This record gives sequence, C-alpha cells and structure tokens, in this order.
Amino acid sequence: MRFPYKTDYGQDLDLFKSSSDRFWYGLLALVLLSMPLWVDTFWLGEVSYVFILGIVGIGLMILTGYAGQVSIGHAAFLGIGAYTHAILLSMGTPFVVSLVGATALSTLIGAGVGFPALRVAGIYLAMATFAFNFLVEFVFVRWESMTGGFSGFAVASPEFLGVSFTSGGGFYYICLLSIVLAILLTLNLLRSPTGRALIALRDSETAAQALGVRLARYKTTAFAISAGLTGFAGALFAHRIGYLAPDIFTIMFSIQLLLMVVVGGMGSIHGAIFGAIFVGALPQLIAIMRDYLPDSVARQPGIEPGIFGLLLVLTILFEPRGIYGRWLKIKHYFSVFPMHKKAAFSRQKSYTKSER
Amino acid sequence: MAIFQARDVAIKFGRISAVDGVTFDIEPGTVFTIIGPNGAGKTTLFNLISRLYDTSAGTLTFEGRDITNLPAHSIAGLGIARTFQNLELFDHATVLQNLLLGRHAHTRSNLVAELLFLGSVRREELAHREKVEEVIDFLNLHKYRDSMIVNLPYGVRKVVELARALCSEPKLLLLDEPSSGLNTEETGEMAFWIHDIRDRYGITVLMVEHDMGLVNRVSDKVLALNYGRVITIGTAAQVQSHPEVITAYLGG
Repeated sequence: MRFPYKTDYGQDLDLFKSSSDRFWYGLLALVLLSMPLWVDTFWLGEVSYVFILGIVGIGLMILTGYAGQVSIGHAAFLGIGAYTHAILLSMGTPFVVSLVGATALSTLIGAGVGFPALRVAGIYLAMATFAFNFLVEFVFVRWESMTGGFSGFAVASPEFLGVSFTSGGGFYYICLLSIVLAILLTLNLLRSPTGRALIALRDSETAAQALGVRLARYKTTAFAISAGLTGFAGALFAHRIGYLAPDIFTIMFSIQLLLMVVVGGMGSIHGAIFGAIFVGALPQLIAIMRDYLPDSVARQPGIEPGIFGLLLVLTILFEPRGIYGRWLKIKHYFSVFPMHKKAAFSRQKSYTKSER
Repeated sequence: MAIFQARDVAIKFGRISAVDGVTFDIEPGTVFTIIGPNGAGKTTLFNLISRLYDTSAGTLTFEGRDITNLPAHSIAGLGIARTFQNLELFDHATVLQNLLLGRHAHTRSNLVAELLFLGSVRREELAHREKVEEVIDFLNLHKYRDSMIVNLPYGVRKVVELARALCSEPKLLLLDEPSSGLNTEETGEMAFWIHDIRDRYGITVLMVEHDMGLVNRVSDKVLALNYGRVITIGTAAQVQSHPEVITAYLGG
C-alpha cells in the first residue's frame, strides 16, 4: 500500500497527487492522442461521442453531483447548444465564434432556469426542469423559421481556418481537446472556494448560509456553468448527428444523461467519464446482445429504455457510488492484498437529524 | 461597551410567542450562557441572531451595528459564527473541506480566476489553509484531516463543527449545546477549549447549555429563559438559586 508523504500544503492543491498518477494519465494521453493511427473511422466516431457525452456528464455532475440540484432537463440545454450552433453556422458564422455563441446562450438560459431553483428544491426542482425540457422541445417544433420545425435541418460540416474536418481524425481531436479543457476548468473550479461552496449547498444549506455562502449566487452559478458545458457539448453533438430534429432532445434523453452520472458515480469527475463510456457503449452492447436473444424478446420495442431503467435501479440498490465507487473498491482490494476486509467500505449510519 | 445587544427581541410562530421581549447585553471577552428548560426558546434565539429567522419585534446590535434585518449570509462576514445543536456539517466532504468552508466569508473569489486557477487563487488557498491548520493544531484534529464526516464518530464531529466556526475568525461565537452527546471526558475537554477561546483568542462566547457542571465552570454570566421570556440574568450561582428558575426546572 502506498502512503503519500506530504511536505507542503500546496500538494493538496495539485492536480496530480503522485508520480504514479502522472504516469498513468500520461499513458492515457498517449493512447488517446495516437488513437486515429490504429482505430478505424467508425470507432473513432464512437469515441468522439463518448467525449461529447463526457462533457455533458461533467456539466451535469457539477449541478447534480456537487451542488445537489437534480435536473431532468439537460437534453434541452444540449438542444439549445446544438440548434444555436447549427443556426449560426448556417448564417455563415465561423466555427469557433459559433461554438462560443452556443455556449454563451445556453449559459445565460441556464442562469435563468437557476432562478426557480432558489425557491424549489428536490423533487419539485426536478419537475421544474422536466417542464423546461418540454418547453424547449415545443420551441424547437414551433419556431419553424429558425429550426425547420418537425422536419429539422442538416448541420453544416465543421470548418476551421478553411479546413474541413467532417470525419475521422479532425473532429476526434476537437472533441478530445474539448473534454480535456472541460475537465481542467472543472477541476480548477472544484479546488477553489466556489467548488467548496457548491458542496456546502448540497450538504447543508443552513450551515452554508451561516458561513457566508450566498445561496442564490451559487445556485445560479451552478446552473449557468452546468448549462454552459452542456450547450458546448450540444454544439459538438450537432456535428456528430449531422441532422437536427426536435425529437432527439426529449425527456428520454435527459433521463439517459441523468442515468449517466448516477451509474458513473455521483460526486466525482471520474464518475462522469465512466458514465459517459457506459452510456456511449450501451447501445452497441444491446445491439450485440440482440443477436443472441430469441426474436420475440429482441424485437420488443421498449427494450433499450427498459434496460436503462433496470440498470438505474440496480445501481441505486447495489452500488450507490456507481462505477467509480466500484473501481475504488477494486483498487483498494489490490493495494492492500491480502489484507482486505469486508467492512472497509461499510460506513456507520448517519445520526438521525431533527430540527435545529 | 457591550459587543452584542438584544433589545426587546420577539418572534411569533402563528400565535405562539417563542421568544418574547428578550433584552440582554454581552460584554466583550466573556462567556455568556443561556439556560432554560426544553422549549424555552434558546435555539430560536440563536436562529434569530444568525438571521435564519426574522424577528417580529426588537433589535439586535453587534458592535454598534444594527443587524436585525441583514441577510443570513452576511452575518459570518461581520464576525459571528455558530455551531448547531444537532450538527450541520457537510457530511460528504472531508474535515479539511469543512474547515476551509469556514473561511468562506474571507474569500475574495473571482470565478474566472478560479476556473483558470491563477497564482492568486493558489496563494489565497494556501493562506486559508494556514489559518485552518492553526485551528487543527488548537483542537487536535490532525488525524482526521482527510476523513469524510460520515465516517467520524459523533464526538469528533462536534469538535469539527467547533473548528469550522473558529476558522471564520469570529468575534462572537455562538455555541448551541456544545456538550450534548459528549461523554464526561469530552465535556471536560470542551470546557478547556471554551476557556482558551475566550482567554487566548479573545473571542466572546454566547452559549446555550444544559450541563450545569459545564455552565458553572465556564460562564461569566448566565441568563435563564422560560417560555421565551427572561427570568433573570446574573452569575451562575445567582441564577441557580433564583426561585423562579428552580420552579421552571422542577415545576410547581
């Protein structure tokens, strides 16, 4: 077992806690950077999609996993980003400017949605975001002059400095760069006072207030940042699907996004990434599984959402800390081998809370 | 001059007066204790001072400044910190994170600088960390620094909450039943700390407490409250021999 020996308070602020961290993340970076050399276009596209989902996951994790505000309307922000980006592109806006525009607009709308969150909490907030998702879907359908209504419209291919990078390596690298930036900014935020204030908001609003945390300010910030990241991912998502239509950004998709952070592991950026890999890979897994199932089962229409729902329930029942929690347990098992004891992760019951 | 003054403070929940016309002064550098039977309005009074509840009448003055209508989040910045009777820690964060949150009122955060984690942010964080470490030294919390609150026993949580309040460098510290749930030994430790907080750091302490042993050991002044009204104010011995206080506790 490794015991980090600390000699400086600054070490607790560093992104990499040890040299082995540096080694493994460096290796990961090498693998990801060289991927276009040894992976075919289809799988490159799939990995890019996982990156896009990962950015959404990080955004939703900030809001739900850290600030404790549940949203089941994040597909709406994804849609706002996607539509804004595609519309701006069609008007001849340069790629990067349009990307910034899409992010800015969804950030603003996110801050606006944050306002009801100052009044409602828990399940009621979830319902408000749920309603917001419907509202946005409705706008996508009805604002035909901009969105093309039900029939939708094709997204212009991405172009940067006159070079087009529709398929393969180019788009992959843009997504990779985006998710790395998203992770870095988020980690910076989380090791700063704002990140701590979000955790305070999640665990006890009363204590947070008593320590000088402005609830209104930080709830709005959490919503704005979360929506901004999701909108940014939405712009990339528009290129990934190539054709925008309102029936993509539905409640079902929002629930899938929430499933991503819950199954991945609440309250950690690792969790968001694991969740994205899981949700990105699941349709493929289901497709493969279909071949081995009897036709009467495999051809059932609702099998995909059914499996998603089942997995969500199983995660909450058996591994509330998600895939990342399980990962930590496995790591712990090997690091203390053969001294592992079953009780290492069972924690004592929280004390019953009553009125203050 | 008194550091804190309450004048005719009252709050009504519907038709029930939980606190009714309470007036008292706290001298700087003293330990002021409020006692009273259950439901006397002690915690309600605390919640009024930390502005979690709005007063129905009366004024609260801190260092000559009227704080009766300030928002709850601005109280910490003025130099008033508190603990809670049933603990309000950030359960899924580490002890260190909890204590650093105690510094929140002193942070000059700027979102853009934080997102980029500029040198200024790092320097500020390190400065806060040093303050936090002083409190950790004072309360002996070294070995719990990186533990999650949910994994800590009750007695330690109680100390962490005191530490968090101290991290905000208060001038007035509100302790809501600091000894509840602690064993005799831990209560003894708490008494030492309260003395130290007053004598070494010069922090004025306002405390609600049931344990008369602790009250006698640390209090400079005691206020007895019943049905939201002040019965008497005086030294611990004076208050405990007051006939109305005895009636309030024993009935009759």
